[in-house]
This record gives sequence, C-alpha cells and structure tokens, in this order.
Amino acid sequence: MSHPPRPSFWAIRAPLSARRYWLLALVGILVPFAAWWGVTALELADKVFMPSPLDVAKRLLNWAREDDLVGDVAISTYRVVAGWTLSAVIAVPLALLIGTWRPVQALLEPLTDFIRYMPAVAFIPLVMLWIGIEESSKIAIIFIGTFFQMVLMMAEDVRRVPMAQVEAAQTQGASRAEIVQLVLLPSAKPALLDTLRVTMGWAWTYLVVAELVAANSGLGYAILKAQRFMQTDKIFAGILLISTIGLVIDQMFRLVHRQSFPWLHGK
Amino acid sequence: MNAKIRIRGLTKTFATGATRVQALAGIDLDVQDNEFITFVGASGCGKSTLLRAIGGLEYVDSGSLSASGREVAGPGADRAMVFQHYSLYPWLSVMENIRWCRRLAVHTRDRTLADVEAASGRADALLQLMGLGHARDAYPNQLSGGMQQRVAIARALMPKPEILLMDEPFGALDAQTREVMHDLIRHVHKVEKTTIVFVTHDVEEAIYLGNRIVLMAPRPGRIAQIYDVPLPDARRQDMKHGQDFLALKKEILARIRETSGMKTDFDLLEQLNQPAG
Ligand SMILES: Nc1ncnc2c1ncn2[C@@H]1O[C@H](COP(=O)(O)OP(=O)(O)O)[C@@H](O)[C@H]1O
Ligand SMILES: [Mg+2]
Repeated sequence: MSHPPRPSFWAIRAPLSARRYWLLALVGILVPFAAWWGVTALELADKVFMPSPLDVAKRLLNWAREDDLVGDVAISTYRVVAGWTLSAVIAVPLALLIGTWRPVQALLEPLTDFIRYMPAVAFIPLVMLWIGIEESSKIAIIFIGTFFQMVLMMAEDVRRVPMAQVEAAQTQGASRAEIVQLVLLPSAKPALLDTLRVTMGWAWTYLVVAELVAANSGLGYAILKAQRFMQTDKIFAGILLISTIGLVIDQMFRLVHRQSFPWLHGK
Repeated sequence: MNAKIRIRGLTKTFATGATRVQALAGIDLDVQDNEFITFVGASGCGKSTLLRAIGGLEYVDSGSLSASGREVAGPGADRAMVFQHYSLYPWLSVMENIRWCRRLAVHTRDRTLADVEAASGRADALLQLMGLGHARDAYPNQLSGGMQQRVAIARALMPKPEILLMDEPFGALDAQTREVMHDLIRHVHKVEKTTIVFVTHDVEEAIYLGNRIVLMAPRPGRIAQIYDVPLPDARRQDMKHGQDFLALKKEILARIRETSGMKTDFDLLEQLNQPAG
C-alpha cells in the first residue's frame, strides 16, 4: 500500500510538532554541557581554566551556604529591574510622542540616535564622579545603557501602527488624545512588550559592566572577586546563574504576552 | 434642495522631490442626499485623493468643498470611511470594534440611559444586518476577508454617519464574496438612508452599485464624464446581463482604456520574442 507524500522534515519552514521541538531543544542544550563534562572528565584542560560541572555545582552550593548567594542575586536583580523600570517609565510616553508627532520626532530622535552611539561603558567614570558609588550609580549605568535604544525601538513600534487604523478613528470623530489613547497605544502594545523583553536582556549586560567596575555586592562583583582569587568555578557559576535568571525572566515576558494579547496567539 | 456634498474647482498637486503630480485638476461635483455615487477610472486618476479630500484626510490646494452644508476642514464624525484593509482594531472583538465609537467624547457627550440602550440595540442590529451574529466575540484575525469588511462597515455605520466614504472596500475579496457584499451594501444604503461615495476600479461594481457613475481620467486627475445608471433602485444580480448594463460597461471600459495611456504595443511585444542582435 502506498502513502500520500508527507512533507519532508527539512522542507523550508515546515511545521514541527511540539514534542520534536522540545526534544531538539533539549539536545541543543545538553550537547554543549556533555562536551564540557567530557573535556573535564578526561582532564583535557587544567582545572584553573575549565572547572568541571560538578565543581561548579559544588561552588554554587558553597556560595549559597557560606556566602550570600541569595543576597547577590537579589541586589543584582533589584539593580536591573530598577534601571530598566526607570527607562521604561520614561521611554513609553516619550516614544508615543515621537511616534505620533513629527515635530517631536525631529526634536528628539536625531539627538537620541546620537546619544545611543556614545559608549555607555565609558560613562562609568563620569557617573561615579557625578553620582558617587551608591546604588543609584549602578542604576544610572543600566539606565544609560538601555534607555536610548528603548526609546528609538518603541517609537518605531508606535510608527508601525497602520495609518488606516488612525484614519478610521479620525473619520469617527476621535480627537488626537483619543487616538493616542484608544488606537496608537493599544495597537502598539504587543510590540512594546516585546521591546521591553529585549531591552531587559541588555539591562543585564550593563549590570555586569556596572558591577565589575563600581560595586561591592552583586553577581557581577562576585565574578570579579572570583577572578582575583582564581576561582574559575565561581566565575562559571556566576555566568550560568545570570543566564538562568535571564531565561526565566524572558519566559515570564512571553507568558505575559500570551495572556495579555490572546488575539495574537490563536486563542 | 442643497447638495449633500458640494465640490467646486478642487485642485491638488503632490510634489515628491522634483516630480509633481496633479492628482486633482478643477473638480466640480454635487452629490445629492441619499445618493449612491461611484467613482471609477484608471489607476492613479485621483479617485482616492478625491475621496480622502471629502473625508478631510487630505488637504487640497484650492477650490471649495462642503459636506452637509459645512466647509470641510478636517475629518469628522459625519463622514465615516471604510478602507480596503488593515483598519480594524485587532485587539478588540467584533462587537467591541463595532461599538468602538461609543468610547469617544463626540458620541457620548449628553448621554442618557436611553441613549446607551439605543446604542447597544443599534450595535446588535448592525451585527445581525451584517450576518455576524455568530462572530460577535471573535477577533478580526479569526475572520475571512469578507467578514472583516462587514465588521468595518458596521463599525463605520454605528455612529449614524450622514456620509459613508468607501475606498475599494471589496478590492481584496474574491468574486463570489464581492457579489454578496454588493447586495448587502445596497441594502444598507436603502435602510440607513446614508449618502454613499464608493471608489472602485471595477466597472461592473461601479454600475451595479451606483445611481450615478463618475468616470475620472488621469494626468491631470479630472472628471471625464458622469453617467446615470439606467437601473431601478432595487438591484438584482441578473441585471448584470441586461442590454443597458452591458452597453454601459462596454462604453466605460473603452473610455478608461482611452484615457489610461496604457496601450498594448504589439510591435514591441513582437520584439520581445526576437533573438538578440
Ligand atoms: N501621498 C502621495 N504622495 C505623492 N503622490 C501621491 C500621493 N497620493 C497620491 N499620489 C499620486 O496622485 C495620483 C492620484 O492618486 P490616487 O488618488 O491614489 O489615484 P487612484 O486612487 O485613482 O488610483 C497618482 O499619480 C499618485 O501617484
Ligand atoms: Mg486608490
């Protein structure tokens, strides 16, 4: 008996069942880990250069028991969330203005573009000079690193709202304020949330930079300290910890996206 | 009686860099109350520009334009517009889209409980009229193109606009769906007593829907001729095969071909098949 032809596994953009997807994802994650474990088990590399997964796990446990792992995670998360929230709170209304009114765009977008190419990291000495080394300086560096990109991306999100949606509202007698509030903002919301998710990732990058230079607590600081004492396993632990937190936050954003915008997720 | 829409000497030129396109050159037109008028013509002859000018979405260079006795100075609730696509609010359900105008200050200014009830009744009636009863809570992206356009029409009708402006609203629909929509919009015109200005590039559509047809010609955009449609108000699909219908269709098509400047050059086509050299 012959079967009708089925789509090839490798057909371009062919669908993939959820089971196979997660199976492959697991393979993708496990293979590098296995390679890492293999290299250390066969002692192909010096422990100082590459600790084994077990060493890293032990160090993580040690960090939690004898040092302040929870405190480091908490303070770092606090800094990221604070700097990123500050960015978002200012960026959303500003992006709505830039994306809605050309004069505001002309006034602010080229300027923002200019500033965003300034290396945020190079501002660290300035920030320390201006703000000192308290909490606010770390938050300021994260803010500088994320805010300008965030505004530009969000303004683009607002500009992408189809003109027909705006004009349909205009021909129903909507005022400008009503159009911003009842059309542009709700229409751009899913894209804005995606931008928030992406910039959250960048905020973590700037956190580490800020803590490497100007802190005495947090995950970035712990990594720097570990380097001084040649505790490679702790560096590994810190890096893996940050990426895990990032992954969890990213998934939370995706969950909120699915919950908040059901029409985009085929409910 | 005064015209519902009165257009005198309307001109509009678009300048893009060094090129200037005269989209409208001296348009004069009166549209009567409760008329169903269709604009037809070759692509780029200024149909959309004229419609958008009536809607207050496009500024003009000179001439005068008034709707319901008032000078048009911008978009307003008395002139609702239906677009070809992408105008529905994808984050709202069908019913929420239809009722959307009730969130606006202009439509809720002196609202009483009776007003609210009347509005809710009207929304339900429009939903039924458009055959969307079963799709009430669906999101627009769950609907076919034809259904989406029904929602767009219902939404536009919700605040009882005096004038309904439609820019190729069925342009993206298949032929069968389009026929259904034609009868539907004629029916709406009858029960709602709206004045409808309908832009299309489809001559058959223009004749079947319109009481009058405005034929436009490009470069510069102008009115070439106005035809009265020799059909009774109650339209039926079989009228499309009638003598008068076909004769009018043939004539308009010939005029469009004449004015479009897109002639088939058979010699040039021949050359395409010649070996190079
Ligand atoms: N926003 C615009 N900028 C520049 N040129 C435009 C613009 N809108 C329309 N035009 C030009 O004006 C002419 C008329 O356009 P339009 O009214 O869209 O024609 P139609 O709807 O009949 O196809 C065309 O030549 C078109 O290219
Ligand atoms: Mg057009």
